[in-house]
Amino acid sequence: MQLTINGEIYTDLNAGINVLGLLSHLNLPKAKIAVERNRVIVPKSGYGTVVLKDGDVLEIITFIGGG
Amino acid sequence: MAAKQDNLIIAGREFSSRLIIGTGKYDTYAQNADALTASGADIVTVAVRRVNLTNPDEPLLVDFIDPKKTVYLPNTAGCFTGEDAIRTLRLAREAGGWNLVKLEVLSDPKHLYPDMEETLRAAKLLIADGFDVMVYCSDDPVFARKLEDLGCAAIMPLGAPIGSGLGIQNRVNIRLIVEQTSVPVIVDAGVGTASDAVIAMELGCDGVLMNTAIAEAKDPILMAKAMKHALKAGRQAYLAGRMARKKYADPSSPLAGLI
Repeated sequence: MQLTINGEIYTDLNAGINVLGLLSHLNLPKAKIAVERNRVIVPKSGYGTVVLKDGDVLEIITFIGGG
Repeated sequence: MAAKQDNLIIAGREFSSRLIIGTGKYDTYAQNADALTASGADIVTVAVRRVNLTNPDEPLLVDFIDPKKTVYLPNTAGCFTGEDAIRTLRLAREAGGWNLVKLEVLSDPKHLYPDMEETLRAAKLLIADGFDVMVYCSDDPVFARKLEDLGCAAIMPLGAPIGSGLGIQNRVNIRLIVEQTSVPVIVDAGVGTASDAVIAMELGCDGVLMNTAIAEAKDPILMAKAMKHALKAGRQAYLAGRMARKKYADPSSPLAGLI
């Protein structure tokens, strides 16, 4: 299936993957980030249950230096 | 005179330092962490950005500045509409689990003055959503009052344009804002060197937020230390109450008993 993650197209993910699976696929530490799916925040408690669908648009953010 | 400890209290949270520092523009996160230690600050501002998916091993701010020991104050830098700001801070709340935030809705990149119309709108929405909003604003007492009336947790007028280092440009307005405001007033932006921070504190501000003044000093660690002292000196001078200004000299040694 096709996902858009942080503006980039990803086609290498299988249908049925949940947010937790995606984060582990991308090698991201779940404690330090937040995930938005189709403009709705996925709470950390939902990472294991929210299943991604073809065409989903995801934003994954973290804190960086800023003023 | 404030409480025995003279701590800074924002939205019911108590901080021993009145200095808030940014985490942008440093050469490295390690240097940033050293500057933080030297400054004694309890709060750092942070930006919210997309994770680097091509290099997930790149250094993260949280690996150098521990969010359990230092309060992360997520900002909305780079947001030009209220909607952008709200979206950013909702994500920040999920990432950090913290509802104290810095709202800044900017306008023209040339001067980075806040768009006060959008700022007011965004502040209203964020407060309704349960955020404690520390708000970057113009040094206009009328807008400052409106933001306080909406329920903002701290009013943060600029001293001069962001990153300019020009110092407090309008002492009259900062003083007016301090006098009328019952939540903390924190000068945000414009400080260039220690004396600028002292002036802000002598005007009665509750704190100062700065980034470039420390990050772009030739020796950021030493400047961080200088700012720590500046905040304390300015605060103590404010609490002590300065002498009256006089038009003419007044000798310090008695004139009586001269030989």
